[in-house]
Amino acid sequence: MPHDSHDHPHHLLPSDPALRVKALETLLTQKGLIDPAALDEIIDTYETKIGPQNGALVVAKAWSDPEFKAQLLEHPTETVAGLGFYGRQGEHIQILENSDHHHNMVVCTLCSCYPWPLLGIPPTWYKSDAYRARAVREPRQVLAEFGVKLPSETKVKVWDSTAELRYLVLPQRPSGTEGWSESELAKIVTRDSMIGTGIIGAVS
Amino acid sequence: MSRLHDMGGRFGDGPVAPDFGQEPVFKEEWHGRALALTVASGFLRQWNLDEGRHARECLAPMDYTAFSYYEKWLAGLTDILVAKGLVTPEELSTGQAALDVSDVAQHKLTQESVAESLARGGPSERQTDETPKFALGEQVKTIPAGNRSVAGGHTRLPSYAASCSGRIVTVHPPHVFPDANAHGYGEAAETLYTVAFKAGDLWQHPENPTDEVMLDLWQSYLETP
Repeated sequence: MPHDSHDHPHHLLPSDPALRVKALETLLTQKGLIDPAALDEIIDTYETKIGPQNGALVVAKAWSDPEFKAQLLEHPTETVAGLGFYGRQGEHIQILENSDHHHNMVVCTLCSCYPWPLLGIPPTWYKSDAYRARAVREPRQVLAEFGVKLPSETKVKVWDSTAELRYLVLPQRPSGTEGWSESELAKIVTRDSMIGTGIIGAVS
Repeated sequence: MSRLHDMGGRFGDGPVAPDFGQEPVFKEEWHGRALALTVASGFLRQWNLDEGRHARECLAPMDYTAFSYYEKWLAGLTDILVAKGLVTPEELSTGQAALDVSDVAQHKLTQESVAESLARGGPSERQTDETPKFALGEQVKTIPAGNRSVAGGHTRLPSYAASCSGRIVTVHPPHVFPDANAHGYGEAAETLYTVAFKAGDLWQHPENPTDEVMLDLWQSYLETP
């Protein structure tokens, strides 16, 4: 039976993390394996181009356009790709629609799987031990820490992203937004509401 | 049969610290560098997604606990670069390139190709002639946790949901099987299922016994109860 390696060569790098990254980047650049400009481009992509604004657009469109919503629920990956949202960590999208009866909430207990093309890079709390450990066992307590209190008759469904399916929660449209345009709606869709740790309150 | 990354259900981690959307994407400059370095190195095509994950999981428990998120990424990346023979421990110690890897360097991700490469993704769905063993609505039981072939190997069946009863709620097409793909045994794609577990069937003291946890599980993880 094969065994995994017990070598941990990362200890050979500097102890300060910022210096550690720099040392590895410099070495890989010298070796021709890395283009530092490509790293800049990746960082810029996730800082400015790919983020929760993408998911918010999908939600706003689903709230506004019943035909789009039907397509979204039936063919999620293709439908969001039609808006230009496809790629790394978003190859197999699933949409979870919240209702008065069901509240959906997403976690990755084993690592930090997250729908990158729709929400970008996950926030620190999503990657934290506390969230990963507790979201499956005591979701209502975790929701309370986000200020969300659900009635006991609303069933909580926690989705642990153990495979390559990536989940986006479709939150309930708040009252007081009748007649709003898609772009107005997109502005009130929070990142947390699309992970399921937030709800969007009524607009007055 | 598991490692520290498999933390679902664990006690003692304290409260979650929400940021309510206020935190920058990368809190420190080096966070973005560590992520980008990992993503770019992946395009060298010397390892797959599951091997990359397993490298992070193989950090010594003391490191896994002490390291921040991106330190884990960086350590996993460093270890796999050495394991794959792209970088030597001497190069890491001295900071001086010595080993020639120009054959691999031809795959280097360039600035111009970043957008297209990220947009292309890497689907894990595969077509096979496998007939799904389980049907929608069927009751199933998960196997004990742990990679079947490799001691301490990669698996995506979390311990908290091992040896538990659940119900098939979606039958998906076959997907690459991580337990094989992380260890050089090929993609071995098999049918993937979403399985619903009642909180009362997972936990001794469920908050609300009828709440559910849903997991995406490969056919090999499931048995007829």
